Amino acid sequence: MIEQSLVLASEVPFPPSVEDFYLPSIVPWGAHDSYWFTKITALMWVSVAAIIIFFLVTYRKPQLVPTKKQWLAESIYGFVRNNIAVDMLGKRGINFAPYLTTLFVFILLMNFWAIVPFAQISPNSHIAFPAILAVISYVMFIYIGMKHHGGLKYFKHALIPPAPWFILPLLIPIEFFSTFLVRPFSLAVRLFANMFAGHMLLLVFTLGGFAMLNANIWFAPFSLVSWAMTIALTFLEFLVICLQAYVFTVLTASYVQGALADEH
Amino acid sequence: MITDVLTVAAEGGTEHNPIIPLWQEVVLGLVAFSILCFVLIKFVFPMMEKTFAARVDAIEGGIKRAEAAQAEANQLLEQYKAQLAEARTEAARIRDEARADAEGIRQDILGKAREESDRIIGAGREQLAAQRESIVRELRSEVGTLAVDLAGKIVGESLADEARSRGTVERFINELGTAGSAGGRR
Repeated sequence: MIEQSLVLASEVPFPPSVEDFYLPSIVPWGAHDSYWFTKITALMWVSVAAIIIFFLVTYRKPQLVPTKKQWLAESIYGFVRNNIAVDMLGKRGINFAPYLTTLFVFILLMNFWAIVPFAQISPNSHIAFPAILAVISYVMFIYIGMKHHGGLKYFKHALIPPAPWFILPLLIPIEFFSTFLVRPFSLAVRLFANMFAGHMLLLVFTLGGFAMLNANIWFAPFSLVSWAMTIALTFLEFLVICLQAYVFTVLTASYVQGALADEH
Repeated sequence: MITDVLTVAAEGGTEHNPIIPLWQEVVLGLVAFSILCFVLIKFVFPMMEKTFAARVDAIEGGIKRAEAAQAEANQLLEQYKAQLAEARTEAARIRDEARADAEGIRQDILGKAREESDRIIGAGREQLAAQRESIVRELRSEVGTLAVDLAGKIVGESLADEARSRGTVERFINELGTAGSAGGRR
């Protein structure tokens, strides 16, 4: 019995590394350098399919007095629409509410895989997905700004704050840096790093339990504590999942708000 | 440390940098997210906006209808109240009029009755006076005749012609009457 568990434990690699995020591909089975069909992309497709099916099914026949499912779908949209889009952008926010809701739901579900048993890794812990969303937000707010202010006037508006002329040489580079260089990276990296770190934490505590068992059978109580920590951290992860989806959506809305603002 | 990482990388075949996106995932992610955006933005959320608008319309329409009904009810109430007040004043006026009429009629009847009684009393008096007159006239002639007869018997001769011619009896009775009436008044 003890021999067996020791053997089991000894197979667990510790500490976890970056390579643990790059699982072997599913099709072709077990390949290490094929990325078209992996657990990550499969989870992404499942997310997209689940969202589409949920909304299409619940909103196939909308009624004035909503059913429970319809109410759920409406409250998701209503939450983003009223608490993010309209709150930050005013009446114009209604036009952006559909995209912001799509963004929110997509990130939320993609994040959520981090704590779903047997999935337990979020596609957003691969920077490709946060990067796509961040680039879309980036292009979107610049496009909206240019459309609202009229072409290059937007950059003049965004870069030149109403300040005395002698400060401008200092302010313009700062504005340029913060608005046009940092934003996409901060958006992408914030989401990616949170999901990456969350998965890493869960790995450390789960594998750490096995590693301690492996080192000495008398460390078993510590292993139990470690696994209890995993459960606690799963709850923390849930918080992070919702918070990061919300933060990404709010920041995108706030960038659009900045692009639409007429004053500084 | 670096050599460790390198050896691990060598064993795994390729080394992964978590900060560098995999282009395959970028392509797939873009496709998937585009599909999601297309479906939700095109088919789902506009429907929701429509439902919201319809709901707002239904609620506001309901409120407006209720307000209209309320206003109508208030107007009717005012109208009824006005009509009621009008009816009340009308009733009071009619009552006053009736009272006045009744009073008038009463006075009328009273006046007529008084007139009638006066008339009846007057007539009675006149009749009485006439009867008295005739009785007095009869008595006068009777008394005259009696007195003359009596005197003739006493004196023994007929005085009748003479008395008649001289008006003695008349004068006497007149004196009697004057004395009688003066005594009666006293």
